[in-house]
Amino acid sequence: MTSSTRRTAVAALAALALSAGLSACGSDGAKPAAGSSATASTAAGGTATAKVSGTVTVFAAASLKESFTALGKKFEAANPGVKVTFNFGGSSALAQSINSGAPADVFAAASPATMKTVTDAKGATDPKVFVRNTLEIAVPKGNPKHIAALKDLAGSGVKVALCAQQVPCGAAAVTALKAGGVNLTPVTLEQDVKGALTKVELGEVDASLVYRTDVKSDAAKIDGVDFPEAAKAVNDYPIAPLAKAPNAAGAAAFAAYILSPEAQALLTAAGFQAP
Amino acid sequence: MTQRRPGGVPVGQPVAPVRRGRGPRIPYALLLPALLGLAFLVLPLVGLLVRAPWSSLSGQLGSTEVWQALRLSLVCATAATGVSLLLGVPLAWLLARTEFPGRRLVRALVTLPLVLPPVVGGVALLLVLGRNGIIGRRLDSAFGITLPFHTSGVVIAEAFVAMPFLVISVEGALRAADPRYEEAAATLGASRLTAFRRVTLPLIAPGIGAGAVLAWARALGEFGATITFAGNFPGQTQTMPLAVYLAMESDPEAAIALSLVLLAVSIAVLAGLRERWTSAP
Repeated sequence: MTSSTRRTAVAALAALALSAGLSACGSDGAKPAAGSSATASTAAGGTATAKVSGTVTVFAAASLKESFTALGKKFEAANPGVKVTFNFGGSSALAQSINSGAPADVFAAASPATMKTVTDAKGATDPKVFVRNTLEIAVPKGNPKHIAALKDLAGSGVKVALCAQQVPCGAAAVTALKAGGVNLTPVTLEQDVKGALTKVELGEVDASLVYRTDVKSDAAKIDGVDFPEAAKAVNDYPIAPLAKAPNAAGAAAFAAYILSPEAQALLTAAGFQAP
Repeated sequence: MTQRRPGGVPVGQPVAPVRRGRGPRIPYALLLPALLGLAFLVLPLVGLLVRAPWSSLSGQLGSTEVWQALRLSLVCATAATGVSLLLGVPLAWLLARTEFPGRRLVRALVTLPLVLPPVVGGVALLLVLGRNGIIGRRLDSAFGITLPFHTSGVVIAEAFVAMPFLVISVEGALRAADPRYEEAAATLGASRLTAFRRVTLPLIAPGIGAGAVLAWARALGEFGATITFAGNFPGQTQTMPLAVYLAMESDPEAAIALSLVLLAVSIAVLAGLRERWTSAP
């Protein structure tokens, strides 16, 4: 008798601990979303001049890492009490996770095509192009293989890393190579532009096609080589607050901030071109 | 799929043979979490099957890239297991049968890749075996061998991550095997190497088998170290996990189709080896 009651008690305890663990885990994972959604709904539903608060979660293309991190700090300084968290990665992977329901507020993609996969899924409306970016040949400091033009990449003994075609920098690279009539076999197709850049930085490849801004952000270890065909493969970067943004007010405010003259100045200084 | 057993089944059916491990009743405190655990492990796979694009599956799997990636995965995982066996069994023997200063430290170092994030392993491999790495630089200048972006790089990355599984398993088997058999062989005039080959190896064969299966499975699913160290190029270094990841960026249906193939292969292998090595003693 006593043993059976004890057993039931243990079972109840176990169930309790389990559900507590589960709920804790759930709330932990969705913390920024849950916390900010409460503030967002009151803010958005309340007054038109909504005060931004809570956490703004920004999914941004890997190539935006340096400039957006800096801009996020400025945005936080201008809006006390707001925290901006970033998820940088290949645009397509980010778009995919947004479409799968990731709790993001803002999406900044490296190409209209990736943004389109989100807008097509009704995840966002009315994206705005905030910068443009062009490709550059990244070579290790000092340019040991003396690469001066796009066709030099196809030379024998030159190892090239490109982005995978699925991500915008890879699509742009294919366009540029086609425009230059250059046929090359890369040794690797990296999952995002920073991966391609790292392979150059480590000296594992002799060159890579990355964005001009990436070369600039890593100027201590990387040299950039301009090439005329890059003009044929300019990437527009669209930004949009997301339809299911847990923090709608924050999303709108951050997207607006990126289009502001202050943010544009910083982006241009980082090597981006104004749209 | 989940076979529920009524709470009060009496000990063994009168006709059926009594199996071990089945008590008079299963306490709910164990049954509930056990079923939850089972569901947790099985449901994601069910989800994969539910969302699978069955109608377009043949088209998705018709591309040569899929079979190229699968072939590469199988070849590399098998080669990595071979490397692990060749180096891992002697290493396990060293750890289990000899005494030397710092043995515990060596043991900890051997198991380090188990806890290390695979991407970190990949970076570490690049820094050592990459074209500018400590050893890689010499390989490149002396022999013109560069491991990154080459299929051999995939094998190395996979072996790095998978070998500890084999070493741990074989070491455990060695510790469980009675050393007196080896001593008896020695008294009969066998050298230590002969005793190892003729006595120890057959004794620990099941442990080696289990370790090899574990290592092979780990190598087959390897992603982080591979993409970091060996890169990603179809036919050269793009294994199934890499293909799945990149397909996921643009075409989730293709990613699901690829995942199904990998799942089917894994199940086939596990089923083929069932009871032989993977089951608990």
